[in-house]
Amino acid sequence: MPALNVDHLSKTVAQKKPLLRSAPPGVRAVQLMSFAVEKGETLGIVGESGCGKSTLARMLVGLLEPSAGHIEIAGRALNTADPAAFGRLIQYVFQDPISSLNPRKTIRQIMGAPLRHLYRMPAAERQTRIAEIFASVNLRDDFLDRYPHEFSGGQAHRIGIARALAASPEIIVLDEPVSALDVSVQAQVLNQLADLKRQFGLTYLFITHDLAVVEAVSDRIMVLYFGSVVEMGRAEQIFARPRHPYTRLLAESAPVVGRALKAPEQKGSELPDPLNPPPGCAFAGRCPLATDLCRREIPELRSMGDDQLAACHHLIPG
Amino acid sequence: MRVFAALLFRNRLAAFGAVVLGLILILVLLTPLLPLPDPDQTSTGDRFLRPLSPGHLLGTDHLGRDLLARLLHGTRLSLAVGAAAALIAATIGSSIGIVAGYFGGRIDNVIMRFVDMLMAFPYILLALAIVAALGPGLMNALIAVAAVNVPFFARNIRGIAVGLAGREFIDAARLSGMGHGRIILTELLPNVLPVIVIAMSTTVGWMILETAGLSFLGLGSQPPQADLGSMLGEGRSALISHPHTSVVPGVMIFLIVMSVNLLGDGVRDALDPRLRSGALSRPQAMTRVARTGAVPAATEDLLAIQELET
Amino acid sequence: MGTRVYRAVGGVSLSVRPGECLGVIGESGSGKSVTALSVMGLVASPPGVITGGAVRFEGEDLIGAPYETLRRRRGDRVAYIFQDPLATLHPLYRIGDQLAEAIRAHHSISAGEARERAIRLLNDVRIPNAGARIDDYPHKLSGGMRQRVSIAMALANEPDVIIADEPTTALDVTVQAQILALLDDLRRDRGLAIIFITHDFGVVAQLCDRIAVMYAGRIVEEGPTAAVLEAPAHPYTRRLIDCVPELGQGKRRLEAIPGLPPMVDALPEGCAFAPRCTKAVPDCARGDIALERTGTRAVRCLMPEESA
Repeated sequence: MPALNVDHLSKTVAQKKPLLRSAPPGVRAVQLMSFAVEKGETLGIVGESGCGKSTLARMLVGLLEPSAGHIEIAGRALNTADPAAFGRLIQYVFQDPISSLNPRKTIRQIMGAPLRHLYRMPAAERQTRIAEIFASVNLRDDFLDRYPHEFSGGQAHRIGIARALAASPEIIVLDEPVSALDVSVQAQVLNQLADLKRQFGLTYLFITHDLAVVEAVSDRIMVLYFGSVVEMGRAEQIFARPRHPYTRLLAESAPVVGRALKAPEQKGSELPDPLNPPPGCAFAGRCPLATDLCRREIPELRSMGDDQLAACHHLIPG
Repeated sequence: MRVFAALLFRNRLAAFGAVVLGLILILVLLTPLLPLPDPDQTSTGDRFLRPLSPGHLLGTDHLGRDLLARLLHGTRLSLAVGAAAALIAATIGSSIGIVAGYFGGRIDNVIMRFVDMLMAFPYILLALAIVAALGPGLMNALIAVAAVNVPFFARNIRGIAVGLAGREFIDAARLSGMGHGRIILTELLPNVLPVIVIAMSTTVGWMILETAGLSFLGLGSQPPQADLGSMLGEGRSALISHPHTSVVPGVMIFLIVMSVNLLGDGVRDALDPRLRSGALSRPQAMTRVARTGAVPAATEDLLAIQELET
Repeated sequence: MGTRVYRAVGGVSLSVRPGECLGVIGESGSGKSVTALSVMGLVASPPGVITGGAVRFEGEDLIGAPYETLRRRRGDRVAYIFQDPLATLHPLYRIGDQLAEAIRAHHSISAGEARERAIRLLNDVRIPNAGARIDDYPHKLSGGMRQRVSIAMALANEPDVIIADEPTTALDVTVQAQILALLDDLRRDRGLAIIFITHDFGVVAQLCDRIAVMYAGRIVEEGPTAAVLEAPAHPYTRRLIDCVPELGQGKRRLEAIPGLPPMVDALPEGCAFAPRCTKAVPDCARGDIALERTGTRAVRCLMPEESA
């Protein structure tokens, strides 16, 4: 049974209704996404800004209500009615670690909150558990009585991860967990995440825009464009042998030491307008392979064998 | 806390306000212990005694009552009513603001339109209307003043709460299994408390003034009870012939409101984090240069940075 | 409150020739931005004070030059591109007017001419349909387009040097690739000298001729890009390169540097990297270590890495 199963998930954000006219159709932030994550797996989710990756994450952890579709965690449909039961299944590590910690609470209070509200743990037991978790993320105990603003980005990040761990969830959604960190610290945090996963048998959803990072940590990678999955496949293959033109564009745009500089895309192309989505494939406007078919029909996500799926009318031959 | 006190007293005016207000408070708290005549005791023979008369340090009013006793008792009452009104307005207004800001959407819309409606009435007119409906009396004046100030707090606090409700730590709290009520009380409230304190410290002076205003019009405290507004009102008819009867409570109102406002401004400045970090001081158009040591010699390069130290 | 004095930049020397691109690489707090801002006296003062050294533009010392001289150089001969274009562009003016203003601040030409030049500039940075875009407000443009406008603004007066402070950090990879290609073309076509400040080795490798690595306010290594990346001489550079995950190597464990960079107000004596360095010897924590120059390379280390 997969740890997480997402079926035809969509999110439409309603637009303001203009005076005297009927409301325009909502902006589709996430369209009909379906995927499954096995227990113990790391699924990387890549995409550029505005592709709906944060919207997806917030729906998974119940902070946003999906417009349509189902989310199943460990075989049970997601139910946000009981926050305590829900918090024990899935946790979220926020992109900005400092702003996700209440500035007026000590770290001990912040760490204690999930234990107290999710598990009704008595105070003494809480203290030993917090100490255990803190040890597992390499933080010193004397940090517990300090306030969030006293920490550097890397430390605050570990506190954010420690808080997610305190809920002992099945799945942790990591939203750009290292984008705000320096490279030397980034590597520390990534390695630690890998250790914790092994230690606690966690399942990760790793959201980022950094291709090199996502390739280094993920088992499988899902590429999003304009609210839809365009390609999905094994980490070691997807950027090496991309089937979808957008994945290829991403892979070619990533700066790599020793590769000559060239703009993979010369046209001043831009993301499609979410208020006025194109009728066919959203990438058609930027795609060198686009034909009339692409501008007319939205391509389906089809299996390519070898665990790879892509949504394109004109696949790049593998 | 010590940083706060240091910052507060660095501001001379705030320190002055604090001292004046402190003196008034001490005097007022000690009033029942002081050897003063009964403030409501009339004595028609001693009408309009001048200040510094034997037995009556500030003189007497049109019924021969001791002005000093009435002044101190009146100040006590005015301060208590003003502070109580501020507290009530802050509690109700802030709760409305927090609820509106936290939940947003339709709840926010309904609440804030209602608040807008209250704000559409001229300030003192609304207070007058409330007192007129409830009947005159100090308690009703208090209710009126508090009610008029609720929208001010609701608006201010809602603005802050909306900003905070969108912050990630609120989402994080939800994920740790907290309900709405608990999030509001333990996550949101501690963060808006400084703003509430600031808003209160800057408005309590106005509220004292407004209560005095209502009493002056005869809608607040009822005779023979003394408060600063009613004393002023009673002294008004003898303003030309015996000015001291109105000057004495007038000066007291002036002192209280001034000291409270100075202190309130000081509190606001001291609690404002932007002021604390010194961000309000404007940078110069050019970096200050204080070079020590020799300037390295020129090179052939187009742009060369040499041994730069900043 | 209080008067903490600390050194953000300690004796940095850099130089660029026309048409050359110098990459300055370092982590946050390494003093790379302060160095860049010092060139034109843009460090906020107070609290910033330049305490030593010189900045020479065509031989003329700019530090301590009168404000008027500096003002005329700013934007005209030496231009900046910052990380966040939304913060550099005024939100309430049309981009065309802002460009025209940048030109007219240094050249007395008519408004019509300035507008024409603004359109040409927008074309130069490959903004599609420049004639129509010129009347847009900054918020109507996407992040990549905005950054192009700020590059256009930097080019407005045909400067000799552009100082680009993390110009692509906030952008998506596909947009970043376009902007980098644009900067590269401009430098080749116009003989621009670029000082490119970043924390991304991949970007530096693709764009820059030479790189300087900064750590805790000092340059620890300098040399031609290819040489430094292939055979880093300073342990910090070597470890930092190992930290950067590279595309195309599959799932793996990353190298990490233990510990944190030192705080600028508590720099250790001697080599600032010594506490995190595996090769540190007691001498590393004693006294200043000089930047040793051999040929085109320079390194500040007692125990440099063996060249492979």
